[in-house]
Amino acid sequence: MRYLPKSPAERQEMLAAIGVKSVEELFTSIPEQYRLKQPLNLPGPLSEAEVIDYFQARAAENSVGYSSFLGAGVYSHLRSVVTDALLQRGEFLTSYTPYQAEIAQGTLQAIFEFQTLMCQLTGQDVANASMYDGSTATTEAVLMAERVTGRSRVLVARSVHPEYRDVLRTYAKNSGLTVEEIPFTASGTVDAAALKGSLRDDVCAVVVQSPNFFGAIESPGPLAEVAHSAGALLVVAVTEALSLAVVKPPAEADIVALEGQSFGLPPSYGGPFVGVVASREKFVRQMPGRLAGQTTDQAGHRGFVLTLATREQHIRREKATSNICTNQALCALAATIHLCLLGKEGIREMAEQNLAKARFALAELEKIPGVKRTFAAPFFNEFTVEFPRSVKMVNTELLKKKIVGPYVLGSAYAELTKHALVCVTETTTRAQIDNLAAGLRSALEQTL
Amino acid sequence: MNDRIKKATRHTNQNEGLIFEKSSSGKRAFDLAPLDVPPVSVTRELAEHHRGNGVEDFPEVSEIEVIRHFTRLSTWNYAIDLGMYPLGSCTMKYNPRVNEHVARLVGIATEHPCQPQELSQGCLKILSLLEKCLLEITGMDAITLQPAAGAQGELTGLLLIRGYHQKNGNPRKKVLIPDSAHGTNPATAVIAGYEVENIKSNADGQVDIAMLREKVNGGVAALMLTNPSTLGIYEQQISEIASILHDKGALLYMDGANMNALAGITRPGDLGVDVMHLNLHKTFSTPHGGGGPGAGPVAMKKTLEPFLPVPVLVEKADGKLALDYNRRESIGKVKAFGSNFGVLVRALAYILAYGPSVRQATEDAVTNANYIRKRLEGIYDLPYTRPSMHEVVFSDAIQKKQGVNTMDIAKRLIDYGFHPYTTAFPLIVPGALMIEPTESESKEECDFFIDAMRAIADEVEKTPEAVKTAPHTTRIRRLDEVAAARKPVLRWKPESEHSGAAG
Amino acid sequence: MSYPTQFRYTKDHEWIDAKGDLATIGITDYAQHELGDVVFVELPAVGAALTTGKTFGSVESVKAVSEIYAPANGRVVEANSDLQNKPETINSDPHGTGWLIKIKLSDPGELNPLMDAMAYEAYIEEKKKEASA
Repeated sequence: MRYLPKSPAERQEMLAAIGVKSVEELFTSIPEQYRLKQPLNLPGPLSEAEVIDYFQARAAENSVGYSSFLGAGVYSHLRSVVTDALLQRGEFLTSYTPYQAEIAQGTLQAIFEFQTLMCQLTGQDVANASMYDGSTATTEAVLMAERVTGRSRVLVARSVHPEYRDVLRTYAKNSGLTVEEIPFTASGTVDAAALKGSLRDDVCAVVVQSPNFFGAIESPGPLAEVAHSAGALLVVAVTEALSLAVVKPPAEADIVALEGQSFGLPPSYGGPFVGVVASREKFVRQMPGRLAGQTTDQAGHRGFVLTLATREQHIRREKATSNICTNQALCALAATIHLCLLGKEGIREMAEQNLAKARFALAELEKIPGVKRTFAAPFFNEFTVEFPRSVKMVNTELLKKKIVGPYVLGSAYAELTKHALVCVTETTTRAQIDNLAAGLRSALEQTL
Repeated sequence: MNDRIKKATRHTNQNEGLIFEKSSSGKRAFDLAPLDVPPVSVTRELAEHHRGNGVEDFPEVSEIEVIRHFTRLSTWNYAIDLGMYPLGSCTMKYNPRVNEHVARLVGIATEHPCQPQELSQGCLKILSLLEKCLLEITGMDAITLQPAAGAQGELTGLLLIRGYHQKNGNPRKKVLIPDSAHGTNPATAVIAGYEVENIKSNADGQVDIAMLREKVNGGVAALMLTNPSTLGIYEQQISEIASILHDKGALLYMDGANMNALAGITRPGDLGVDVMHLNLHKTFSTPHGGGGPGAGPVAMKKTLEPFLPVPVLVEKADGKLALDYNRRESIGKVKAFGSNFGVLVRALAYILAYGPSVRQATEDAVTNANYIRKRLEGIYDLPYTRPSMHEVVFSDAIQKKQGVNTMDIAKRLIDYGFHPYTTAFPLIVPGALMIEPTESESKEECDFFIDAMRAIADEVEKTPEAVKTAPHTTRIRRLDEVAAARKPVLRWKPESEHSGAAG
Repeated sequence: MSYPTQFRYTKDHEWIDAKGDLATIGITDYAQHELGDVVFVELPAVGAALTTGKTFGSVESVKAVSEIYAPANGRVVEANSDLQNKPETINSDPHGTGWLIKIKLSDPGELNPLMDAMAYEAYIEEKKKEASA
């Protein structure tokens, strides 16, 4: 087998050195009745070309050739080939967690640069080296707020991504947290009055998302004041991190839970992505996840180490701030490289293209009879529109034209049956927007 | 330094500053195509209180500077592609490159998790085949591919256990965990809402059956067991352990981190295990990438199937695959958007490359570990003498007499061109040297490692100072971890904000 | 380092120095040596209650965390705020300026069963023998 670096002769040599005649003798500590007598019933073995063929065949059964207007927490953005060229260097791809700092300075310095970029984007003092994704980062942020305040009630806006709320509920059930939802207003943002009404001194966290699931940009400043007046922390979740290139960082938040998938990570049918928890310096010892810190070596050279490790499971065990061990290091590296490539000007330009294309698309769609913008709140690259007939039906028609239509909001919000969440990024061409408009127009004309 | 050591050494490269220190205004590394719709003005579209400039201090560099910066950084890392990582329980095996190729295919990397299921049959088939393969390997009935890593898999497993007990009227309070367990086990049990009760290992490093019998009662939800244990020793009485637990209605959870000793040889499902997780970034070759991503699928017996996280992959009457969200007793979601799909693709590619001969990989892994054990026995202390599977745990008891401990030996190993083995774990072996070579190591590499460890043992007797002050050949030596923890500096700041300390 | 004879010692390596019903508590030289360089100390607030045997704070090094257990019942009247900026004082002067908290004892008599300096020194000798066995 091509991955095994032993010749039959070498195997024999080694077995002889061990003092056994056959490799079976090395498994005698497994009771005989449990040792398999037959090979496993698995497909293969396949040659490299056959492996590639298998996956090519699967790729052809997916959505190649379709344009898409889906966002809803996962975004199609440009990625440079430079990112993969660097990411696939063996020293990055095949290296271990940097516990042995002397021979992992590459990883550690890259993490330090990642943490810096995340602090800049979120307006916070400290950012960790990654969590699994935005949904678990949001949950970890809430658990962190619980540790900091000692309270156990959580108020989460309904305009937070439905899957993020699902994950939070799964974790909350078993940690004694009660989770209540706060409605959104007709303008698409969180209902601050309802929030005030629900706030008491037993709330550890108020959780909002910005831009929220409907694409609407929230105002963390006033929300932070409301939360703080009851001694609660404000957690802001960000699913479309590119928005932070033009939208004000949520510096008033106490904890930011960010999804970094927009930065150099393809949609990849749901993962791997990269979550980040960023917060104030005063909360650093309550933060989950790894942290890379700057220090000096014996000779006074600057270097980096994993630090504040006593928070983590391998030392603190039951009392750890999180059970996380493996994180999303390579994805964080991809995001770091991507952001360095984009740079200050590139990321702003990309964000501005998103703003422009989304507004163009909205204007084109609003020209279609019966199509209305739903929420007045400002948006970045996603917006909600209402159709005169079911979005599901419309999407079925659009599929025939090789268009993957917008997200069906009715599947997560029972009251939004005819509403669609449209996402337009810098990768969406004018022609694709025009086709969407034409396809939508014809799909709607069919019922009339 | 011993000239017999022929291990490849690294070039140390010039000092490379932070990317921010190379930045200057006006440099660009990336261009976009011109806008094909009318431009908009940010100040008109976003009100002042919504506008901001979080990217003000982002770096401005050119493409070649990005290439050089990260290339240079990469040369400071050790990696599997360079040589062995003898890290116990990490299973640092070769990361096949075809896995990287297929994960990046258009039609695989480009798919959106919310797109119509009829347009995702290729992805769903990949998931379905991987499920079947992992069920075959583990001998279980049902599986979820959702958890993003081992620790999340452990949490999912415990939540399944909780769901099961809750349905039977009593969620129970405690989870038993051996004192040799990986730190994620107790950390996870607490998050799942359980109390941890530690159970001491016996003199052979195995679960003390008598003590287990005493501790298992109607208040115990499960035992979390690693098999082989973190000592690399097969838990011989695992079926008895399962019986004891089942008799009192408790369940057996197996931490599958050490599956590299079992794949193709035996199946946890046959041994009485009720639920277990796998680490795809260990046994199934997906790359560690400096710390992740991984994936931690959880396989289980039929009794736990009703509690599977949503969505569950099902086959419809017309043969098409679909995602079923309608699961009344589900524990819910542990992660948004389904799974670390890209990692799953890599694991399936690995399994397809091996097919049934995955057994050969396991045999080679166990051979390598035993070869190293045989040739270092007597030179390093072996606290537990039962047969080793895929890893062996020595201790520094002999070297301690010269005032040298496992950390020192590990650091000296760096000078010999290797990454250290796992130090100071498992906790039940003071001064542990935990060594797992994996099947990816040739006899030559194993011999280099053995030679290095023997040379170091020799140095401990003759020139212990060299070992105690190692490493000597790295670019950076003995970083001040104390200062890093006392006054943490966790980000770069622009000159204007500098307190002046860094440099 | 010698162990002050006026102190009392616990099996968890805390020392307590009582004058009437006011007592100062710290960790011993043996404890700081085992821990290594101290990087952070977590102490209770003034007014907090101490319950014998229960943890009231922790001392952290780079690689380990040590919980500190109350040797007696009482109430915190002062916490050593110098340790915020200079946690290394615990290493350099564990029996003096590295003190952790001062408490008002509920009952000074509770200290009687604790080890005196000689008993403690014998105790740690035993511990050292066990470790090198």
